[in-house]
Amino acid sequence: MKFAVIIFPGSNCDYDAYRAVKDVLKEEVEFLWYQNTSLNNCDCVILPGGFSYGDYLRTGAIARFSPIMKRVVKFASEGGLVLGICNGFQILLESGLLPGAMLRNQSLRFVCKYVYIRTETTDTPFSNLCKENQVLKIPVAHSDGNYFISQEGLKKLKDNNQVIFRYCHPSGEFDPAYNPNGASDYIAGICNPDRNVLGMMPHPERASEEILGSNDGKYIFRSIVNSLREEKRI
Amino acid sequence: MSSSQATKSKKKRQFQVVVYVKLKDGVLDPQGSTIKRALGNMGYKGIEDVRSGKVFEISLNSNNKEGTEKLMDQICKKLLANPVIEKYNFEIK
Repeated sequence: MKFAVIIFPGSNCDYDAYRAVKDVLKEEVEFLWYQNTSLNNCDCVILPGGFSYGDYLRTGAIARFSPIMKRVVKFASEGGLVLGICNGFQILLESGLLPGAMLRNQSLRFVCKYVYIRTETTDTPFSNLCKENQVLKIPVAHSDGNYFISQEGLKKLKDNNQVIFRYCHPSGEFDPAYNPNGASDYIAGICNPDRNVLGMMPHPERASEEILGSNDGKYIFRSIVNSLREEKRI
Repeated sequence: MSSSQATKSKKKRQFQVVVYVKLKDGVLDPQGSTIKRALGNMGYKGIEDVRSGKVFEISLNSNNKEGTEKLMDQICKKLLANPVIEKYNFEIK
């Protein structure tokens, strides 16, 4: 089983993601430069957090035209697993692999803190080891995480059960005080209709070891490993 | 419109394009509402709404205005604006 972490100019959570896979999951992982046009037969692609292209124009807007993204879009259309974290989520939105767009945080501030997210569905390769409604403690760090989608788009997301994580109170209740950026419907993470592409604003790679303050991020990485083992018998 | 177009001249000329990108009506604009609040705090009365946006000035060489329009439309849709949240218009000089 092999993971690939894509490095864009301005990625800064690439090493965190690499470490989570290599040292916590103990799985094979390699870095891939954004100029690459091959994914070297990996089984899961991680688009890491950071500020690709300095967030110029809009977050993720330039990175989506990187040479490697053409290959990532093809990989996703063939059912390959793609996890976009923070800036990676923003790139997935800009590339059209996921619906919606990011607006500036309602507070206009860069928000960097632990948040709580509720697992809305375990029916994905990214959340199959979570329990339904399980609350995970995972940090966010972003300026543009205020998820926006049209009313029709939101209805589609809900009808298809594509909302995977929503910001919540530690108890699991929804409370505006625990929505860190003003996201529509408390949305923290969504998947595509085929359920093989996940975008999320919180950083599971920063919460994969007890010493970091939480290891709830492991549920997400272990779910990926679990589903790859089951499906591909790797 | 222009005579160069009628004669299908291959000569290219330079066009100056100004592109305006704004958030769609109804999409919350946190920067705009913060600026509006600040103007109120500064004592300016009667400010009803502020919407923020971006301006791009582009120089490009093209055979004619129609072609430039088509090209700019494509560029705006693909890159300069995100149609999910933004609208755009442009002026060609």
